[in-house]
Amino acid sequence: MFDYDKWQEIWATIKKNKLRTALTMFGVFWGIFMLMVLLGSGNGLETGVRIGFESWATNAGFMWGNKTTMAYEGFKPGRYLRFYNEDIIALRENVKGLDKLAPRNSLGSWRGGNNVFRGNKSGPFNVYGDYPDFQHIQIVNMVKGRHLNDYDLKEKRKVAVLGQEVVNVLFKSDEDPIGDYIKINGIYFKVIGVFKSLRTDEMATRDMQTVYIPFSTFQQAFNYGNRVGWFSFTAQEGIPVSLVEKNMKDVLKKRHHVDPEDHAAIGSNNLEEEFGRINGLFFGISLFNWIVGIGTLFAGVIGVSNIMLIIVKERTKEIGIRKSMGATPLSIISLILQESIVLTAFAGYIGLVLGTFLLEGINYAMEKFDLNSDMFAHPGVDFRIALTAFGILIICGAFAGLIPARKAASISPIEAIRVE
Amino acid sequence: MIELKEIRKSYDVGKQKLEVLKSIDLHIEAGELVSIMGSSGSGKSTLLNIIGILDEYDSGDYTLNDTLIKNLSERKAAFYRNRFLGFVFQSFNLLSFKNALENVALPLYYQKVRRKKRNIKAMEYLDMVGLKEWAEHMPGELSGGQKQRIAIARALIADPKVILADEPTGALDSQTSFEVMEIFKEVNDAGKTILIVTHEDDIAHKTDRIIKLRDGIIVDEEIAIAS
Repeated sequence: MFDYDKWQEIWATIKKNKLRTALTMFGVFWGIFMLMVLLGSGNGLETGVRIGFESWATNAGFMWGNKTTMAYEGFKPGRYLRFYNEDIIALRENVKGLDKLAPRNSLGSWRGGNNVFRGNKSGPFNVYGDYPDFQHIQIVNMVKGRHLNDYDLKEKRKVAVLGQEVVNVLFKSDEDPIGDYIKINGIYFKVIGVFKSLRTDEMATRDMQTVYIPFSTFQQAFNYGNRVGWFSFTAQEGIPVSLVEKNMKDVLKKRHHVDPEDHAAIGSNNLEEEFGRINGLFFGISLFNWIVGIGTLFAGVIGVSNIMLIIVKERTKEIGIRKSMGATPLSIISLILQESIVLTAFAGYIGLVLGTFLLEGINYAMEKFDLNSDMFAHPGVDFRIALTAFGILIICGAFAGLIPARKAASISPIEAIRVE
Repeated sequence: MIELKEIRKSYDVGKQKLEVLKSIDLHIEAGELVSIMGSSGSGKSTLLNIIGILDEYDSGDYTLNDTLIKNLSERKAAFYRNRFLGFVFQSFNLLSFKNALENVALPLYYQKVRRKKRNIKAMEYLDMVGLKEWAEHMPGELSGGQKQRIAIARALIADPKVILADEPTGALDSQTSFEVMEIFKEVNDAGKTILIVTHEDDIAHKTDRIIKLRDGIIVDEEIAIAS
């Protein structure tokens, strides 16, 4: 089907109508170019937002005590609920579907007064008492040393894992913090690890203004007794977080004499819902992008079809001559179809390449000038999607040529003899 | 070679039917050089279209080279056109974007002959019509007579049974017309059946037999003595 003579003929038609061919091809080019840019930008938006979420387990939840609002089992409303170490054991034993359970306590804030010291340097940081399991809930990138482990917890070791921002404030750039000591509220802790956030921008900075110490050490060192500030947790694979959340609340309400109908007594939230919303949003955006992109592409393809119709009209006589020489309808159809496919595929290919180049260029620039943010990062199109688009393009080209080709095949050879 | 029996053909003109051919009976032997004459509207072009398998007829029988040409599919028609017939047109009908050689080789392309073989054969036929040196020229660079000679080479290359020429000299001056007719005579002497449609008396009189058509019927036949 693809022989030298046909290529020559396609080339001849293109040469004869340079401007018209160029304009037609621009339509297809623009269509695929827009599709690429739209999809790429959509991806950039999505990647940006997703990076912000990457540092959290997607099935994580949080739970804390509030004031009760209903009287129950002899207790007055307005009682402030507090959780204790015994609740940890009870939750582990009684809540099905609970995967990681990491009770937490906290001290200080990046907004508060200076609470972490080293020599004559100090800064205001968040200090958390944590279980080792918490590293599966908020995921960080350990750049030096290690995170907390079970022995730290069991032996109530006075060790600390610092965020990079903390290190930046307390240490000189040529000092190795590992093995050195810092002072939190007057108590010395040995530094065992340094981490960086997976997020970008201010979110990352805030993440890294954090000090993790073992939960047990925290309680003892800062006189928290067996109190638990709040719980963070994850659900087991395949079990909705909201269900685990509800089960946990039921257990806690029972233990703390809270009316089962008192919904305000225990506060909670989870990332699942938020993820659902974000997923929905991005599904909507990518759907919109595909519809607009394909629409533009479709307009280009219709342009090709129109031009092919005109070409067939102009070549009526030639097609008649060919038929009188013994050209079969099939050979005429393949001639027109091939021309149409070549036009669309070539123009589309250029659009594909330029679109990819533009996206890669933006990506490179953003990388170089550190412009990736939690709104927009790493724009780009999946190679498979690009290939799919190219496949669609060739099929579109075939469809664009189909009507003109059939029209060409039905031309009577008498046309060749008719003298105008 | 060509056998027409009670061929009828009519066209729909609005609600009325226009009868173009009214029972044509015609017999042309292999190796004959025949001309068809008639004024415009006499039906001579329609007759040529039917003989050339470019148009269908309503009733009767048309046999070409012992093959009944009736109710053919487009593919079959294309096949017979390619194998049995060679066309020469008044306006030459060369493809403007192909050079002389490629134009001559075109019928062989539709026989799926390899490119190299095609071009060798096309060169032979160009040589035969005396245009070997013009092989690489585009039709636009050639004179009317040269174009028609290329068209004749193209009609001959597939070694058809019958050459059909529709006013082959209509666009040529008398000197060139004469030369073209000489080529036709040579081809005929080599044994090819040739059918020429014309309205010029002197052209018709260079053929062996003249068939005169008026209002869709054959009114007269004369055997000319070749001058």
